[in-house]
Amino acid sequence: MAVDETLGEMLARRGFSRRGLLKFAIVMTSSLALPPGMAAAMAENLAAARRQSVIWLSFQECTGCLETLLRTSSPTIAALIFDFISLDYQEALMAASGSAAELTLRQAVAANKGKYLLAIDGSVPVADGGVYSLTGGKANVSMLQEFAPDAAAILAIGTCAAYGGIPKAFPNPTGAVGVEDVISDKPIVNIPGCPPIPEVLSGVLVYFVSFGRLPDLDERKRPLAYFGTTIHDQCYRRPFYDQGKFAKSFDDEGARQGWCLFELGCKGPTTHNACASLKWNDGVSFPIESGHGCLGCSEPDFWDQDGGFYTSLAGGKGPGWRDAGIAAAVGITGGAAAAFGARHKTTRPDVETPE
Amino acid sequence: MTLLSFARGPGMQVATLILIAGMFWRLSGILLLRRRVAHAAARNPFAVRLLGGAVTIFTRAIPRRTFWPRVGAGVVLNYVFHIGLFIVLFGGAPHILIIHEIFGVAWPDLPKGVIVVASGITLAALILLLVRRLCHPVLKMLSKPDDYISWLIVFMPIFTGILLSGETVAGYGALLAWHILSIEALMIWLPFGKLMHVALVFAGRGMLGYNFSRKGAAT
Ligand code: SF4
Repeated sequence: MAVDETLGEMLARRGFSRRGLLKFAIVMTSSLALPPGMAAAMAENLAAARRQSVIWLSFQECTGCLETLLRTSSPTIAALIFDFISLDYQEALMAASGSAAELTLRQAVAANKGKYLLAIDGSVPVADGGVYSLTGGKANVSMLQEFAPDAAAILAIGTCAAYGGIPKAFPNPTGAVGVEDVISDKPIVNIPGCPPIPEVLSGVLVYFVSFGRLPDLDERKRPLAYFGTTIHDQCYRRPFYDQGKFAKSFDDEGARQGWCLFELGCKGPTTHNACASLKWNDGVSFPIESGHGCLGCSEPDFWDQDGGFYTSLAGGKGPGWRDAGIAAAVGITGGAAAAFGARHKTTRPDVETPE
Repeated sequence: MTLLSFARGPGMQVATLILIAGMFWRLSGILLLRRRVAHAAARNPFAVRLLGGAVTIFTRAIPRRTFWPRVGAGVVLNYVFHIGLFIVLFGGAPHILIIHEIFGVAWPDLPKGVIVVASGITLAALILLLVRRLCHPVLKMLSKPDDYISWLIVFMPIFTGILLSGETVAGYGALLAWHILSIEALMIWLPFGKLMHVALVFAGRGMLGYNFSRKGAAT
């Protein structure tokens, strides 16, 4: 695709009809929960759009996010990379390495100043000057501070980039934080999930390419279309929850009948994500459909939830029996002191002895 | 830390410790008070006195017929409220789950619909009890801030529980956080106000019956 070629021209050159683009826009508008009437506008805007520059920096991460995004469909990330966006820098995918890669990054930033989307996966370690994760000898936090000002917007991809994720789990030795904890003066869209749902990234990118702005976000900066409801709201096991039919163990009769996994620790009721509707692996299933409760991986601090993954939301983490014993001892001591104090004060106690 | 993780973590721990310390403080404080020495000879042997105490726990649970016209409405409402609360507390699946997590014992839960209806009736009874307290001149005069605080502290968990079961006015997470926080407020307040009757009501009646029996009075 030539640099100044529009997407419409490129698609036409490849024999992709306008009708095909409209069909695609209809799918995307429904995925983005936009009014159906916007499909035509989206198709028109996409046809006139030029490829969007995306600069992708990987910080303190496991590459799981990228792995999963490469397996997306509708449109495939490959199609997105090669057609809709210009992925100008991504260490794991690009051929260049070392100083050549560094040069590519700087050239891409200079060429697209103020226009590129800065995609981040991985948390930002800030403890000890950020020495726990470096690229080319440069701390992730410094890179973020250097490249964020010239970005049109930032995409924090995965729970680590959005909220710190697993690296931030207690005791968080690297001082891991999310992108929004470092950058506060840029539009940021969080696409949390461990890993995030590929179609959500596709949707956000297509929206941005079509309309030149980010989609509507919730108070945690997540695209409302995908994070507006909880897993529980859309879960196919919900009727069992409402009837009070719960699996008590992973292999009991209830589990075999497909009953609700609430008592086995499912965090679906407090987890905002689109797993239950978009599902995974091209719509094959999602964790609850595979028999395991939701871990709540797209929520902040999901790794440190009190009680752990297998404690139901109804429970929590109360004090241990030892602390309870100490509290009882403190209480008895206080009560005894108060009673003996009262004995000294009153000469005529008015409680009869049962003796 | 989200409100829910606070409620399920530190909030729950602090509330439980205060509840335990407070309960033991109150109970030991009462048990260790000096008792008046009874100089008169007991009219009944020890076993009869004990029986008298036990019987009074039940006989005092229902007012005498002469008092019914005056206190009947209050008594019925109170029973409706307490039985409803008992059903919700020990019949609701999430509540049984917590009891199981703490003590390792569990029993079959009641259908959610039954719990919702019981919660509604309980809440209605509680509201009517407040209305009665505010309209009844003697009750109103006798009421102290403790009564109103205790009413509110009991009202909130039932109210937030109903909202939680409907999941309409807010998200499940927010409603669950408010429900747990309201229960934690109840746990903290319980030992220090009139809600302590949870632990004292039967012991108090039993003691009264025991003393009556000792004196040879009817229980
Ligand atoms: S399995 Fe989880 S998400 Fe599904 S209904 Fe039960 S609690 Fe809700």
